[in-house]
Formats: sequence, C-alpha cells, structure tokens
Amino acid sequence: MNFATSVELLKFHWAAYSIYALLIISIIAWFGYNLTRKEKVKSIVRIPFYGYIAFLVAGGVGHHIFTYNAIPWVAEDIMRHDIKADHEYTISIDRHRWKLPEKPIHFKQGEKVRFNVSSKDLTYGFGLFRKDGTMVMQMQVLPKHHNDILWTFNECGKFDLTSTEYSGPEQYDHETGRDKMLVKDAVVIDCNPKLASK
Amino acid sequence: MEKKSFTQTLIHGTDFDHTQLSALQKVTLRAVVMSFLFFGLVAIEGMIMRMVETGPSNPLPKMFNHPEHFFSIMTVHPIVGIFGSTYQLVFAAFMFLVPYLTKKPLYSVKLANAVWILITVGTAMAWLAGFIWQYAPLYTLYWPLPADMEQFKLIGGFVFVIGVALIMIGTIGFIYNIYATIFARTGIHKNKTTKELLISGFGIDGLMNLIHKLTGKPPYSKEPALSLPVVAIFRGTVDTFLDAIVILAAGILVLVYLIADAGGITWDVHAVDSLLYKNFFWWGFDLVADGLVLIYVAGSWYLLATLITGQKLFMENVARAALLLELFVSWMVWSHHLLADQPQPEMMKLVSGEMVTAFELLTQGLALFITLVTLWKARPLKMSPELAYLLGGLIGFGLAVPAGIIQADMGMNRVLHNTQWISFAHFHIALIVGLYMTLYSALYVLWPLVTNNTTLFSKKLTWTHFWLYLIGGVGMGAFAGMAGLDGMLRRHLYVNGEFNTWMILAAVFGSMVMIAWFIFLFNIIMSVGLKGLIGIFLPAKDNVASYGLNEEPEAAPETVPAQK
Repeated sequence: MNFATSVELLKFHWAAYSIYALLIISIIAWFGYNLTRKEKVKSIVRIPFYGYIAFLVAGGVGHHIFTYNAIPWVAEDIMRHDIKADHEYTISIDRHRWKLPEKPIHFKQGEKVRFNVSSKDLTYGFGLFRKDGTMVMQMQVLPKHHNDILWTFNECGKFDLTSTEYSGPEQYDHETGRDKMLVKDAVVIDCNPKLASK
Repeated sequence: MEKKSFTQTLIHGTDFDHTQLSALQKVTLRAVVMSFLFFGLVAIEGMIMRMVETGPSNPLPKMFNHPEHFFSIMTVHPIVGIFGSTYQLVFAAFMFLVPYLTKKPLYSVKLANAVWILITVGTAMAWLAGFIWQYAPLYTLYWPLPADMEQFKLIGGFVFVIGVALIMIGTIGFIYNIYATIFARTGIHKNKTTKELLISGFGIDGLMNLIHKLTGKPPYSKEPALSLPVVAIFRGTVDTFLDAIVILAAGILVLVYLIADAGGITWDVHAVDSLLYKNFFWWGFDLVADGLVLIYVAGSWYLLATLITGQKLFMENVARAALLLELFVSWMVWSHHLLADQPQPEMMKLVSGEMVTAFELLTQGLALFITLVTLWKARPLKMSPELAYLLGGLIGFGLAVPAGIIQADMGMNRVLHNTQWISFAHFHIALIVGLYMTLYSALYVLWPLVTNNTTLFSKKLTWTHFWLYLIGGVGMGAFAGMAGLDGMLRRHLYVNGEFNTWMILAAVFGSMVMIAWFIFLFNIIMSVGLKGLIGIFLPAKDNVASYGLNEEPEAAPETVPAQK
C-alpha cells in the first residue's frame, strides 16, 4: 500500500479510524450489557494478558513502520538534507505578509520542491491547500530559524497558501474576519500526463 | 416523607443539611460548585466559537465574528476549561479522597480553601483579560506572540499573566496539601518512614513485587504503604508540580518583557530562542495531558472499579509498576507537539515524538484492561450511574488515546498538525468524554460521603444527563474531528462557512453537552437547594479535616524504626 497524496491517506485514515471507533464503542457497550447479566456469558475469544500487551506494542510500533513504508514524505523528510530538489524557493514572512519569489510559484507534477521559509517576527505556519480546503502539507515557521520542507508533488492544479499557525488577530481583517495571509493560487502545478494517467 | 412543592425543593433541596457538613466536606463542595460553574462558561464559549465557524448566517451579534473577540475566547477557553473547571474538580476530589483513603486528616483545610479561591480568582482574571482587553496569545503562548505589544494591550497581558500565576500558586498549594497529608506520620502511617512512603508512592514496591514473583522470591511488600489510588494521586501530582513550575516560568518571562515595555524599554524578543521556548513550554504543558490526566484518570478508574465492585483490583502490582513506567513516559513525550517544526532535531522527533509517545498506548491500554477485568470478575453488577459513567470514561479514552497516537507520527502529522482532528478527535473527547465521565462517576460514588447521604432529586435526570452528555460529547468530537481531516485548522477563523456541514453537526451535538450540563446542574441544585448551595460557602461548625474517623489518629513517635 502506498499513498501518493494526503487525500488518499486521509480517506484511508477516515475509514480505518471510523471502523475502530465503532468497534471500541461496541465492545464496551457489549461489555457493559454483559456485566449486568446473571447468566454467565461465553467469551467469543479469550485474549491472554501477554497477547494483549503484545497487541498494544505491535499497534504502537507497527503504526510507525506502516506509515514509514506507505507514506512517501516520511523518509523524504528525514533525509531531506541529502536529497537534491528540482526547484528551490525562498519565502519570508514579516508582519503577517508573505514575500514570495514569484506569483504563482510554478512547476510540474512529480517534481521535488524545497521551500525555505523564514519569519522575521512571529511563529507562523506554511500550509498549502487544495481548492476544496483539504491540506496538501504544512510546517511550522519559527522566527530566526531555518524552516525547510521538501515535497514531491504527485498531484497537479492550483493551490492556496496560508499560515497554519495562529500569529495574532492581525492575520485577519478586523471587520470582515477575512484571512489576510491567504494567497489564492500561490502554487500552480502543471499536470504531467504520464503521472496523471497513473 | 411529606412531598415538597417545586419551590420548596428549589429553596431547601431534598434533605440536604449544610450545617451538618464538616470543614473537609464543605471545602470539597466549594471547589466542585466553582468547577461546574466554569464548566458552563466553557461550554458557552465553545458553542460561540462553533457558531462563528458555521459562517455568516450565524445568529450571533457581529462582535463575536471579529478576530480580536474570537481569539480572546479561544485564549481563555482552555484556561477556564482546564484550570477553572477540570483542575478544581480533580483537586476537590483528591483533597477529599486522600484523607479518606489514608484515614488521616487533610494537612490544612485553610490551605484547601486558599486553593479554590486562588484558582477561581486567577481564572476570572485570565478571562477578564480576554473579555475586556482582548489579550489573545492563545494558551500555547508561542514566543514571542505573548510579548507582542503591537497586537495586544499591555494591561491585558499583565492581568492575564497574573491570573495564570494565581492559578499556578493555587496549584502548588494543592500539591503541598496532598504531599503533607500523605507524608504525615499519623494513624496507619505512624510507623512508616518517609522512604517507605516514597517507595510506595512511586510504585517501586509494585515493580519489586513483580520482580520477586518472577524470580521466585517472597513478596517485597505484602501490604504496600499507600493504596493504589493514592499512588496514582502521588505520582500524578509530581507532573502537576513540574507543569506548574514551567507555566510559572513562562509567565515570569512574559511579565519581564511586559514590565520592560511599560517602562519604555524595548527588548529584543528574539533574545529568547523560539524553538527552545517551545520545547520548554511543551515539556511542561504536556505533563497536564500525558502526565497528570492519564495518571489521575488511571488511579480514578482503579478506585472506582474497586469501590463499585467491592473487590480487590486485578493485577495490582502490574498497575503500580505501570504508574512507575508512566513517570518516565510522561516526561519524555513532549516532542510529539513539535513534529511539524523542521528545526527540531529528527532524533528527538523519532524517539520522543514517536517511539516514547507510543508507550502511552501501552500504559493507558493496561489501565483500561485492569479496570475492565476487575469489573468483569465481579459480575453480575447493577448498572448504576457510577458504573455507566465509568464505562463512558473508558469509551472516551478508548477513542481519544489512539486518535492522539495516530497523529504522533511524522507522516500523519504533516497533514493533521494544528487541524481540528487533534483538537476534537483527541483532546476534546479525552477531556469531555474520558475525563469528565470518569469524574462524574467519582462524583456519584462520593456524593453520599460528601453530602451526608443527601437524596438526589431525580434519577431520571441523572440518566438523561448521562445519555445526552455521552452522545453529545462523542458526536461533537467526531464531527469536528472529521472537519480536521478535510483540512480545517484549529487556530483559525473561518467566516465563510467553509466547513459548514461539519460545524453545524458539531454544534448540534455540542448543544447536547450544554443541555446535559443544565440538566445536571438543575438536578444538583434541586437536591441541595439554593439555601444549601449558599450554605456550602458559609463557615463550617465542625472543623474536622478527615472523614469517617471517630478520633484523631495517633501521631508518630519522634524516631521511627524502618520497617521491612
């Protein structure tokens, strides 16, 4: 299993967690019902204590092993300093304003892109969003620190940029509440027919 | 019994007599009352924020949609919820339970009174800083935002920081009271040494018993010095202390910059490293969530399971050892809050943020298992409100802990950090469903003890509260959490109804939580009566600081021989 984009991952996550949630609620409800019954209930399955502990450990560790192998950006993130990007963009933020190298930032689907983002004053976030509001990726932007993210864009289209971290009410228009840091179509990615057909 | 009219019951309650309450009972009830008042405030704040996020058609006055106002509410919401309500309720329960379980008087009722007053005043000040001066750096206080005087008013910052400092001073007062009571060498502990109490408090005796069992030796300690719930309170209070120190230190830092600004001096805010500050802050603040909440809750489950069943806890030594393990786990997990911070060393993200954090699945899973088996071995049980609420609490943590562990992963965090997922699927469900349902269970268990067997006004209302609260809490958490999966940020103002469907659903279920709170409050007021409610705050005639003891426990001799 491999997730090319965050949409695929989050759809899987939505289904998996919903099933788990229904399961845990049902188990405790079943448990509560049987606690009150006079006749002895037969166990459907007998879980030994050490088996349960092994299940918890496997769940905790296995989750990370699974995501490392199934989510491409994990290994890429850890090794990002040794990976050569196809494009590199330097972006800065000062007083809730982005300073972008070009508008829109333009490249092709499937390319590796490195964003170096710096803040001159506060802690912000750097987040790219699809037109339906779903998140492509994000990172925190700490002032006076080097904040970089390497990302392989396996999708194409137009993406909006905004800060994913609260940096005070100045980010918004006082009267309307409009997000002043929202840059519509900040990133435009041309479709690569070879990748799109996949 | 003669049937009272509605008005008579409202004024006099069922059969509650505040004049017969001891000083310990009164101080417990005072904190409980304040806690539930703050709960109501926090529920209203939550509903206001949900309604604003539903978009321009919301019926609220325009001022609520202004960013200054919206983020002021968001800033005080966790302060009121965590400290004003949750801390007060937990502290009230433990200041009653520790004397009750150790059969010793509380070290100081005066100090216990100071605790609830300090936390109440502190919370009110922090709230006013948001309400009047719109000081809104959020509870995260990410440096240097709290010292940004271009966005915030100086006076607001002062009032907020002093308010939070008062809460922390009250917290330290609670900690002192608890430890002074536990370490008091009177009654059943008159022959115990401090070392023995410390060994028991940290769960070391449980671990040693396990090792002795595995190596075929006789038990290290047949009767541990402290009962398991007291061990959990002891252990969780270590984290409460560290957390209070860190928040106080952060407050002092902000205060120093505010004072400098007031004196016309402009200091470079970047002299304080934002990443170092974030690590320091989250190390301390995370102890609220991953330290004291999980440990206090585990201890409460063990206590409730034994009180409800009247039987010994299953695998008590494992439970004691798990509390010791949680000591190391809770101090080493803070980096999961910094998985989206690229300057954070990768090794800290991997070890602290992912691997050690995953251990919480183990420690909390163990607590869940031990509680369930203890209940199971005692069946058949009557489905009483206290049992139902306990099961509700287990559902809450059964949902919330894995939701948090899922996000404490470098892959998932990249697309879930700062979204409504973590806010609702994780910590709102953990607090509203997991923690509060556990506390409601404790409340119904302790009710006869704290109120001298006062008859509850209505059992039907109790059950109505239970179902509304459970369904409302889980539903609100689930739907708002799903908005997070769709990209909705948690510290962001949406004014165009971008996530309208999820927010309306979350608001509907959130309303159920609020209605449940009204029903609960009504039931309690009708039980104790308005006169009784006021009477709780009047001085107690009986100054006894213990519960269920016929005489003062004997004090220890000056030198205590160490016991084997």
